[in-house]
Amino acid sequence: MSLISIKLEKRTAPPVWFQVLTPVIAIVISLGISAIFLLILGKNPFTAFYYMFYGAIGTKFAFLEMLVKATPLILTGIAVAIAFTAKYWNIGAEGQLYAGALAATWFGLMNLPLSPVIYISLEILVGFLAGAIWSVVPGYLKAELKVDDVVTTLLMNYIMIYIVSALLNGPWRNPVTMYPSSIAISKNAFFPKLVPQSRLHIGFLVAIIAVLLMYFIVRKTKLGFEIRATGANPRAANFLGINTTKSIIIVSIISGGIAGLAGVSELCGVQYHLIQTISPGYGYSGIVIAMLGRLNPIGVFLSAIYFAIVITGANVMSYSLNIPPYISDVIQGITLIVMLAMLLLFEYRIKVGRSK
Amino acid sequence: MKNSFLTLSFWVGFFAATIRVATPLILATLGETFSERSGILNLGIEGTMLFGAFAGFITVYLTKSLWLGVLFATLSGLMFGLLMAFLVVTLGLNQHVSGLGITIFASGLAYYLYRAIIGAPTVPPTIKSFSNIAIPLLSKIPVLGPVLFNQTIITYIALIAVPIAGYLIFKTNFGLSLRSVGENPEAADAVGVNVYKIRYLSMIIAGSLMGLSGAFFTLAEFNMFLYDIVGGRGWVSIALVIFANWVPARVLWGALLFGGIDAIGLRMQGTPINVPFQVYLMLPYILTIIVLVIGARNASYPSALLKPYRRE
Repeated sequence: MSLISIKLEKRTAPPVWFQVLTPVIAIVISLGISAIFLLILGKNPFTAFYYMFYGAIGTKFAFLEMLVKATPLILTGIAVAIAFTAKYWNIGAEGQLYAGALAATWFGLMNLPLSPVIYISLEILVGFLAGAIWSVVPGYLKAELKVDDVVTTLLMNYIMIYIVSALLNGPWRNPVTMYPSSIAISKNAFFPKLVPQSRLHIGFLVAIIAVLLMYFIVRKTKLGFEIRATGANPRAANFLGINTTKSIIIVSIISGGIAGLAGVSELCGVQYHLIQTISPGYGYSGIVIAMLGRLNPIGVFLSAIYFAIVITGANVMSYSLNIPPYISDVIQGITLIVMLAMLLLFEYRIKVGRSK
Repeated sequence: MKNSFLTLSFWVGFFAATIRVATPLILATLGETFSERSGILNLGIEGTMLFGAFAGFITVYLTKSLWLGVLFATLSGLMFGLLMAFLVVTLGLNQHVSGLGITIFASGLAYYLYRAIIGAPTVPPTIKSFSNIAIPLLSKIPVLGPVLFNQTIITYIALIAVPIAGYLIFKTNFGLSLRSVGENPEAADAVGVNVYKIRYLSMIIAGSLMGLSGAFFTLAEFNMFLYDIVGGRGWVSIALVIFANWVPARVLWGALLFGGIDAIGLRMQGTPINVPFQVYLMLPYILTIIVLVIGARNASYPSALLKPYRRE
């Protein structure tokens, strides 16, 4: 049995232009691979990708809609990136997003006599807390009891989605339409629009603040240093006197809270009432976005914009060219794998040969 | 209705359902056991199962042959196993992210191809799925007969696969190599074991079992392909491997425990107890987390799990 062997030689830190170029090359390669799946349906990939990009950013209206889509993706991307920085494998952003949306619905349905500024601020706080609480459970289990984080965060997603389903089919069911969706939350909790006559809302600003905050926390604070040290080498971090248990728990709180904000933003900024499909997998896309962005806040922001283009563009491809919209999931999976392989080039030079 | 708990037929139905629900878990968990025994955490499991469910369904839909469906589901799993092996064995990439990438890619591809071939009809098309096979004589044993010996062929395959997997892992040269590669690849290499080859083989076995597991959903449990038809069973399998301490015989008990909780939920939905049915649906996931918490202390992970091996 002769396998192709790929020899790797350690290299010194790659130049900056190389680091910036890598995600761009990853995108090009992954679109090239994705083109195969368009070709097997007999579609011209160039036409398809033209529709994808033009449909997402070709007009002012499309561009603003793309930013609406990018808002939850930036937030889940940041949530995952912070967690992965500490090598805390939070795959639960999806459930944490739903927790945030659930709490924001609960609070919004109370119709409290509050001014919009206060109501919205409290909505953001409540949603952050809900996501954080849902996330700190697996975080605590990981940090204190060494329970595998990947599995618990994933399973928590299913539990949360069933909780939402139970509420929407039970106490929160719309009494007029009898659809499994809540009635609208208080008007004073609606996020104001950023651009009139569009759907772009202040959730986008919240997302940008999250990007800046992550940059500040991870790069400029002691906590950030501890998070990075925990991720890079937990044993060495312990040796330096860093409490890695505490770091993991704090990271799980911040990460879950930010994912919860994605839920608040979708609820108060786009839907105004809770529906079962409030997230079509934004939490999982967050993983792809965090990796393509190389866990760097600015990188995460840019890659969230890219995937917002892919997702909105896929819908345009769907109704214009009859290409199944799931092409966006195919592109996401391929991009994640290609980007991961590209990261190898940061550490090694690659030589291809044959093994024995 | 209230007395239904006390009747024998309730319990026969309950245990038969337990084994049915446990079937895909047994197959997938055995697959993941092979994978992790060689040192690879395969998070591609959920997507590999979903693609297996799709591949099995679409093959039967197009060819009307159930066995071709089983074959192509298994082969599709094998292909994703190979892809995973290429990423984490040959390239030595991060196992967590590679596996998640495969799950996102495989699920997306399954839905993409389904939509392309079937379209989006209001009623999903169905196939004629596997029917139960009553094994002569054995199925006539009271209670045990209808529970164990009146199942679909895939359940029988799963039950037989347990001792075979145990034999392969603990009684053969391959099993010895497999375990040594997962515990200490450098030492295994030193005594002449081809680490890459063993890991590739284990990923092929693992992927095939996961693909076959997926086929159970569309060819035996249901007779159609539905969105998220696997519903996190792959993730449950990852937990069951830990619960089973990487031992096939214990995989069986873990899968039956989970299957039992699932079956209780299915049965309780019809009772007058006033609890939303979603509570029963989330029970297995809550139980899995509890089991993980209890098991975490004693779990003896293969030492080389998550560590890529690079020959100097």
